[in-house]
Amino acid sequence: MPNYPILAEAGGMAHFAGRFFRDGFRPRYEVSEWLYQCYVIGYQSLPLVGVTGFIMGIVLTLQSRPTMAQFGAESWIPAMVGLTIIREMGPIITALIFAGKIGSSIGAELGSMRVTEQIDAMEVSGTNPFKYLVVTRVLATTLMLPVLTLLADAIALYASYIGLNMRGVTTLALFVNNVLSRLAFGDVLPAFIKTFFFGFAVGLIGCYKGFYADKGTEGVGQAANSAVVVSSLVIFILDLVAVQLTGLLGLN
Amino acid sequence: MQPDPSLAPTPAAPPARLPVAPAEPVLMVEHVDKSFGDNHVLRDFSLALHRGENVVVLGKSGSGKSVLIKCIIGLLLPDAGRITVLGQDVTGLGHQQMDELRARVGFLFQSNALYDSMTVRENLLFPLRRHWLRHRRAEEDALVREVLDDVGLAHTATLMPAELSGGMRKRIALARTLILRPDIILYDEPTTGLDPVTSREISHLIRAVQQKYNASALIISHDMSCVRLTADRVALLLDGRCYADGRYEELAASADPRIHEFFA
Ligand SMILES: Nc1ncnc2c1ncn2[C@@H]1O[C@H](COP(=O)(O)OP(=O)(O)OP(=O)(O)O)[C@@H](O)[C@H]1O
Ligand SMILES: [Mg+2]
Repeated sequence: MPNYPILAEAGGMAHFAGRFFRDGFRPRYEVSEWLYQCYVIGYQSLPLVGVTGFIMGIVLTLQSRPTMAQFGAESWIPAMVGLTIIREMGPIITALIFAGKIGSSIGAELGSMRVTEQIDAMEVSGTNPFKYLVVTRVLATTLMLPVLTLLADAIALYASYIGLNMRGVTTLALFVNNVLSRLAFGDVLPAFIKTFFFGFAVGLIGCYKGFYADKGTEGVGQAANSAVVVSSLVIFILDLVAVQLTGLLGLN
Repeated sequence: MQPDPSLAPTPAAPPARLPVAPAEPVLMVEHVDKSFGDNHVLRDFSLALHRGENVVVLGKSGSGKSVLIKCIIGLLLPDAGRITVLGQDVTGLGHQQMDELRARVGFLFQSNALYDSMTVRENLLFPLRRHWLRHRRAEEDALVREVLDDVGLAHTATLMPAELSGGMRKRIALARTLILRPDIILYDEPTTGLDPVTSREISHLIRAVQQKYNASALIISHDMSCVRLTADRVALLLDGRCYADGRYEELAASADPRIHEFFA
């Protein structure tokens, strides 16, 4: 049988995910470590997510203005930009930034712990390293990415409002009203739900790459690097799946 | 410890304190095989460690010493054979029992394996807290101070591992195994990569620890000065087997060229 590395890799990750669901919900629960990871992961990416959200909002607004002006549809800008941000740009840009920042740091951290035998040391110290390191981090990323995305969305919308006011005058109330009037349940919920999957993917892939890092310092760099590459790719694939699914469910 | 009936001294036996009395074995490795693919690392390896005894396992680099010690602590599973630690068969233990056993067996990693993200104090307390041995803060402080004193690094509690030198890291790693007061300590090359003076200090420390805590130790080494200073008995690991086993002087005087090359 021919040997396909990509299939072996996918199988390894699926197995890892299976172990997450098997081990993760059995005691003992590493609550304090999980809370700490939530804090670290959320807090670390806050500035970056805030800045990218702001730029995303302002750029989208300024870019769409000339086109919309041609059609005399400037009053539609808030609704259009709002939809774009909430449905697609907010989740995907935040997830990619998150993959770059957190995926790589998890990959490098666990990778260096593997290489220097710290993971084995945990094992002999009465600790299940899979629960202590992997489950806590995956749960933390799964939970923190949606929160960060909501934040990025809010900042991007506010930036869009600022962008509008750079060339014209709109009140905040009118802007908000404009955005909300075009926003349906079917726009918000699928976009929000998929961020959990993005967060899960970033955490799981980062941990997988780090947990099984090759020996040596090269292994650490490689774990960090491939954590980012693979999780970014998986984020796009999940996004595609999400679009298809919401289409099938008639939520589009 | 819970006495294994087969290991308990018979009523007629003299008290264990007499120097001639054979102490009970605390660690038995019997006919262990371990291979990675085609690489047969251990083949029919057997060794016993008795209470209060320091045994050094001597072998070339890559001969499988670390593999042996990882099989003993349950990080690797042997392909065949039996490993009995403190009367319990390691290969047949569940998670819970394994953790309980590991609390009584200290393991000093070849690479120290200190947690980079924690201070020295947190490193020392990690095994203590994780083994559910709840202590009050004052007790924790006292324990940390005591083991740091043991290894002569009382002032380092608040430092990060990255701020320590190689020899200091080795000592902190030793302190981390000592804090649980283990019955058996497994040292994986405790002096490799250290200068001769520091290396001698670590060897003396191993002796001092043995005397203070009456712990048995399995020491892996190919540093002959460490072997001479720490060993009550030396076992030679060659071709995956225990090739020779005896006191340091006996092996050093051996005419067998394969033994002799280690002592040359
Ligand atoms: N996890 C593993 N997977 C595959 N092979 C391994 C593994 N661990 C060790 N080996 C192989 O087992 C052999 C013995 O390795 P080991 O680390 O026990 O050597 P050692 O005697 O401790 O050497 P050193 O003195 O250099 O530490 C080596 O050939 C190594 O390649
Ligand atoms: Mg070794």
